[in-house]
Amino acid sequence: MVDHAAKGFHLDARVRPARVVAAAALLDQNGFAMDAVTGVDWIAENEMEVVYDFFHPAHVWRVVVRTRVPRSQPEVPTISEIYPGANWHERETHEFFGIAFLGHPNLTPLLLPEDATYHPLRKDFVA
Amino acid sequence: MSTSQVIPAPEQPHETFVLNVGPQHPATHGVLRLKLTMDGEYITRAEPVCGYIHRMHEKMGENRTWAQYLPNTGRIDYLAAMAYGHAYVAAVERAAKIEVPPRAEYIRVITTELNRISSHLVWFGAFLLDLGGFTPLLYAFDDREKILDLLEALTGSRLTYCYYRFGGVCNDVDDDFIRGVREFVAGMWPRMKFYRELVTDNIILRKRLIGIGVISDEMCRKYGATGPVIRGSGVGYDVRKMEPYSVYRDLDFDVPVFSEGDCMARYLVRMEEMVQSLRIVEQALDKLPAGPVMTSGVPRVLKPPAGDYCFAVEAARGRLLVRIVSDNKEIPYRVRWRTPSFCNLSLFEEASAGMMLPDALALLGSLDLVIPDIDR
Repeated sequence: MVDHAAKGFHLDARVRPARVVAAAALLDQNGFAMDAVTGVDWIAENEMEVVYDFFHPAHVWRVVVRTRVPRSQPEVPTISEIYPGANWHERETHEFFGIAFLGHPNLTPLLLPEDATYHPLRKDFVA
Repeated sequence: MSTSQVIPAPEQPHETFVLNVGPQHPATHGVLRLKLTMDGEYITRAEPVCGYIHRMHEKMGENRTWAQYLPNTGRIDYLAAMAYGHAYVAAVERAAKIEVPPRAEYIRVITTELNRISSHLVWFGAFLLDLGGFTPLLYAFDDREKILDLLEALTGSRLTYCYYRFGGVCNDVDDDFIRGVREFVAGMWPRMKFYRELVTDNIILRKRLIGIGVISDEMCRKYGATGPVIRGSGVGYDVRKMEPYSVYRDLDFDVPVFSEGDCMARYLVRMEEMVQSLRIVEQALDKLPAGPVMTSGVPRVLKPPAGDYCFAVEAARGRLLVRIVSDNKEIPYRVRWRTPSFCNLSLFEEASAGMMLPDALALLGSLDLVIPDIDR
């Protein structure tokens, strides 16, 4: 639990990559809505972080679920079967960070050109 | 086989064809492309193709200082830029624990709400243009121009505002501005009645919108659709009420909710929201406290403590979340924008399946998309 006034969310949950689907399913059962999925490249620690934001349409609760994957093999299962809205967020996170969402129906670039093979939000990206 | 025997014509296979809409098309309001798979007049699949004006604002956040990034915030949703500046400065203020003087908070609310009205007026004009009505646009832009003049005199820009600073706003409002806003608000009350008589009660408009493009509250939840879209589906979700920020707690306003989920409901939500924004502006002007508009002693070189911080605001199109990650340096480690148009458009494929093409364009218009808000 964290202070909303200080951070902007109430619950900050760190889970193992394999558990993100279970976490999303739990939030779905409790009526939470999809807010966003994004990544952070922690290059010094040789890790990638995937951050899932959720809000509740009827209550003030804000939940953050985060997981870390090695930079050498950045893979997490998709939550797009639970939240179809995660589909686009995961596509965006994939093209910007090169994080693969296993089981995603269409992991093609959304905002970058369709033939883009680079991941511009990686900290070692050189234009 | 005798030649007199009738050979039955082979049964026509159920044929579909692909119809391309955009990226340059009046109904897409900007550079959005739709790849429609059509079965006659009916849509079997609509795939939005985005990214034509992608500028990578998030990467730009990682190569300039916290303050140098401020002009970027006005260039994401160019119709409601104030809310974007508000979300970003508030997130940094949260991280660096900067207090904002009350007068500055009231000015932020007044300018953001004026901006919401001007944004809704553009939507109103453009949406009716989509539906084939040209006249309302001219009236709406006339009203909008008054807001733009006021905000231009105050901030220096007509659309891409960069007015908020960490710890306040960059210059105080003067008497001309306050007088101008009061005149505008007084003039808008009869205009809202006029719009209702001219447009809302129009039978052609109602036939085009009622029962068309129904979006359920459950679909909004699954896709994260917010703003007038979720409020048109019977859910009273508004960040100003749910996660109150700035001085919205001290102001009395309602959250308009319509439960039908159709295009008409979203239309009515936005029309009613303009009325509520007028109420907010009026109250904020009455309550506007004296005092400074900037906190003194905000360091020129800002280094927020390491960690990640979120701030959500209610932009004109819905929930806007900015997440900043700091590693205690002058330059952000990461800036993430969760924009309302992105999430609102993501449900279009599911919502438009089986609709007729002109109805789907009404649905698209009722989502009130701003394309740079999607592409960032």
